[in-house]
Amino acid sequence: MDKVNGNHDVRIGFYVCQCGHNIAAMVDCAELAKYVGQLPNVVLSRDYKYMCSDPGQELIQKDIKEFGLNRIVVASCSPLLHEHTFRSAVEAGGLNPFFFHMVNIREHVSWVHTDRAEATAKARALARAAIRRVAHHRALEVKKVPVHPDVLVVGGGIAGIHAALTLAKAGKKVYLVEREPSIGGHMAKFDKTFPTLDCAACILTPKMSEVGSHPNITLWSHSEVVKMDGYVGNYTVKIKRKPRYINEDLCTGCQECISHCVYKEPKFHDDFNEGLGKRKPVYIPFPQATPQVVLIDPEVCLNFKRGVLTDKCKKPCVEACGDRKAIDFKQKEELKEIKVGTIIVATGFQTFDVGRMPQYGYGRYPNVYTALEVERLVNASGPTAGDVILRDGCHPKSIGIIHCVGSRDKNTNRWCSRVCCMYSMKLAHLLKEHTEAEIYNFYIDIRAPGKGYEEFYDKLLEEGVHFIRGRVGEVTDWAFIPEEEGKLVIRVEDTLAGVVRRIPVDMVVLATGLEPQADAQDVRRLFNMSCGSEGFFLERHPKLAPVNTFTDGVYLAGCCQSPKDIPDSVAQAGAAAAEAMVLIDKGHIEQEPNTAFVVEAECSGCKSCIPLCPYTAITLNEGSKKAVINEALCKGCGTCVAACPSGSIVQNLFDDEEVFSEIQGVLAYD
Amino acid sequence: MTKEWTPRIVAFFCNWCTYTAADLAGVSRMKYAANTRTIRLMCSGRVDPQFILEAFARGADGVLIGGCHPNDCHYGEGNYKMLRRFALLQRMLQDLGIGEERLRLEWISAAEGEKVKSVINDMVKKITALGPLDLPGKCADWDRELTELAPAVEPAPVESEVTHA
Amino acid sequence: MKYSYFPGCSLKGTGRAYEESLLPVLKVLGVELEELDDWNCCGATAYMAVDEVKACVMASRNLAIAEKAGHKELLAPCSACYLVLNKTKHYLHESPVVEAVVQKALRQANLSYSGNTPVRHPLDVLVNNVGIEEIKKHVKHPLKGLKVAPYYGCQIVRPYATFDDQYNPTTMDRLLEAIGCAMVTYPLKTRCCGGSLTGTLPEPGLLCSYILLKEAITRGADLIATVCPLCQFNLDCYRDKMVGRWGNETIPDPRNKDARVPVGPYLDIPVVFFTQLIGLAFGLSEKELGLQRGFAPMRKPACAQPQPAAA
Repeated sequence: MDKVNGNHDVRIGFYVCQCGHNIAAMVDCAELAKYVGQLPNVVLSRDYKYMCSDPGQELIQKDIKEFGLNRIVVASCSPLLHEHTFRSAVEAGGLNPFFFHMVNIREHVSWVHTDRAEATAKARALARAAIRRVAHHRALEVKKVPVHPDVLVVGGGIAGIHAALTLAKAGKKVYLVEREPSIGGHMAKFDKTFPTLDCAACILTPKMSEVGSHPNITLWSHSEVVKMDGYVGNYTVKIKRKPRYINEDLCTGCQECISHCVYKEPKFHDDFNEGLGKRKPVYIPFPQATPQVVLIDPEVCLNFKRGVLTDKCKKPCVEACGDRKAIDFKQKEELKEIKVGTIIVATGFQTFDVGRMPQYGYGRYPNVYTALEVERLVNASGPTAGDVILRDGCHPKSIGIIHCVGSRDKNTNRWCSRVCCMYSMKLAHLLKEHTEAEIYNFYIDIRAPGKGYEEFYDKLLEEGVHFIRGRVGEVTDWAFIPEEEGKLVIRVEDTLAGVVRRIPVDMVVLATGLEPQADAQDVRRLFNMSCGSEGFFLERHPKLAPVNTFTDGVYLAGCCQSPKDIPDSVAQAGAAAAEAMVLIDKGHIEQEPNTAFVVEAECSGCKSCIPLCPYTAITLNEGSKKAVINEALCKGCGTCVAACPSGSIVQNLFDDEEVFSEIQGVLAYD
Repeated sequence: MTKEWTPRIVAFFCNWCTYTAADLAGVSRMKYAANTRTIRLMCSGRVDPQFILEAFARGADGVLIGGCHPNDCHYGEGNYKMLRRFALLQRMLQDLGIGEERLRLEWISAAEGEKVKSVINDMVKKITALGPLDLPGKCADWDRELTELAPAVEPAPVESEVTHA
Repeated sequence: MKYSYFPGCSLKGTGRAYEESLLPVLKVLGVELEELDDWNCCGATAYMAVDEVKACVMASRNLAIAEKAGHKELLAPCSACYLVLNKTKHYLHESPVVEAVVQKALRQANLSYSGNTPVRHPLDVLVNNVGIEEIKKHVKHPLKGLKVAPYYGCQIVRPYATFDDQYNPTTMDRLLEAIGCAMVTYPLKTRCCGGSLTGTLPEPGLLCSYILLKEAITRGADLIATVCPLCQFNLDCYRDKMVGRWGNETIPDPRNKDARVPVGPYLDIPVVFFTQLIGLAFGLSEKELGLQRGFAPMRKPACAQPQPAAA
């Protein structure tokens, strides 16, 4: 029989939640309550439909008062979901919240097992363990850690921009760090946005310009975060500012240096125009760049050789700059260190590498384009001033747009990239407007879930765009009949008509999907985040906490969390800003008091624990020659507790007695 | 009550990775064997070798430890500390006659709900094949054996002086 | 290097030019082959389509004999044999049912197969084991100016593409470039030749082969190099039927792109095994390499332009 543990009168209230059908369907809640009711120290044992609801919580509070309970155990869902809810309820009932323990019989039992008897037996074992454990719980106070009021936003796309602006307007000081020389992200490259066909630059540039001029925002473009130290509310972040060779404060953006460059014609790969246009060694990424500052590319500028200054060039750019003296070839990389309380990660996405689908002919056939390339092609400020002229100089009379390139495919990326159907239709509309060509969209399903999206699809149908349902097998240039010679032939099964078709076109557009940035794994380690199995940053809960991460104080916004369109990115950015504001305005964060402390009398001064702590929270007290733990630095991992040979380190909420009693509880025979 | 024996496995899961992955398995309604009893800890580094031995001593047939992948520990390096202890403990268990296949360490990240399912199913299969460990039962048997044998053993003559080696 | 050698039925029959050219080429390169003792038909595509388990049993007998022979690896030049043997290995590994039936059947013949003998293709061995540099050393008469359309066929890239890219293989391209040939851009490298359809459903079967020939001609190739006896047979042996059906279709004149000419006369473009080309470059004789077995004669490279054939 169980022995009574604890040295004072322990009075436990035990509650089983049926969670509607979620738990009750697989676990016999009434039986469980009855079983626990006869265990030592259990004063009352109930089963109830929804413990987390208001009446459920009030029931606990009533019972605490009526029955003089001093321990509460609830068997329901995962503590990761509702531990906080119940702790608050217990506290409202007048009991220290850490006299509460939770048993997971939903995610770990009722949802994952199929035999009712086995599930109920497991629930009994887990409940018994909790009953034993909770007797050892002590009253604890939450740790209050002050939160630094400044915020770091990483990534200057539309999500990062919106988050930064929201916080800045609320009076917070924001650091916005962007890797590229200008903010704007992918949205700056688009021509028009669906479904309203707003010009992307027209709606984006006012926000960009606001960021550039807002007194509360420190914009560091052409910069990257290299290290993050500290803990929630108190992060120390090192940022590397890459050299532009231009003094940002002195440059007025007049671009005289560009027109005077020794290179009379631009001849280097232009990243912003997706390689369709060229630029000079000194350049501005695009006309509306923010900051409105040029930069010099040391890989191709004559004054450098392989990035090292040689001083070989006449430097007409410096002469053109004149009195402003903004060009500084000796500029070096700068390391900045800032202190912030919260961080919002909005690093965006990269497009699918079409080289992974060789059957679509990108690279092999000059007239196969990616969607981003077409955005630049139809753009009035693009390399062809909006004239849709192909690489071989022709104007297309027929265009095929292939949906789902790289997405919804076991061989490449399993997920749906969410925006491609809409942007494919948008491009169909724009291309038809620019070229009057016959346009064919090849789709698997048309996904048009947003506001005005289905209506946009209707409009396209009325415009005479052909929609063919079928996954394109191949884009090829071998002709079956003379009419196909010189064209690109799209081979596809038209699944609605039930035939395999060959459709000759002049131009093929690949609707490439969205995937995580190439360095997502490095970035997530930098911020102590996790990634999901697809590689996007992991949110704390997909439904209830889509902008929080598992690290307090670090939030997500935009496509770095999962593919989404602009309205959703902006919404998420606002949400992340709000979450950050919760911490900042409260001024402190409450941390779980699961820190460790040394029982001085039992410490032998062996110093085994000191090198183990990743937060250097343990030091040797020179006077007593015993180990001492700095509570403010301790994060509660418990490594030192397990390592201490004399067992003199105790961890609140997870001390040895509590864990041993749990082990004994799960294994005690029925 | 005679019940067909089925293994009982105590699982120590770290809060940030493996416990979350087990929750994900639940949310995804994946189905797996009901033989594990999970104990939640903040980090796999908190797992004291004494916990593992206690579990076996109290009747566990297997012990599973779940932590974050190397380099991904929420607290930096706790999982490496666990790995060190695990390596030593495995050798000890061999000597104790417990058999190192009964102790298993897995790195399971928060997104790997599927791995939780496959690891548990696999471990249950392997331990079922090994049979029950039943240390409490064995200890009770040995105690009984000794008490039965005791009267048959002549007490040794008491040394009048203590000899030093 | 020594390999066990599984010729398969084709290489002793209609595809004997493949064996005739492969063996001397490998001899020049110092690769020794030992033909499997008492090998049997692998079943090829036909039996696999009728009864997969029995087909595996038949194929695995050869694998078991190869294992007994003791050399590390088995060379199977014929694409169908290559694929069937590899498929059998996969099934043995993945399906306990197939494994059980096969091992039981093998035991009846006092054989067994542990699953460890890799099955290799000559392209793989030549490029990856012998090496392009080594092959270049033995080239006596580089086939300069010979424009070749490299045709791989489907079975060495689908469903398994172990030694080359599945969509755009290049091992043969690299090999033939090493002996001086110029590869033409050929988008139909791995398109089906019709396979057995030329025998069972001639209408679509012939069309598949015809498409391959037509595209090679349109691209300006002097000849087509193949790796598979059935592909070579399909492309080579039905020219009269193709001329009859499609001879009047027009293509851009290979010499003058603005004009169009009927494709018929060009349909006698030679179709050879890649080993025959390598043999020519090594200085071996036409007779040795079985070049006379082709339906469309392939003269020595200097005059390799196709001549209009008598209708």
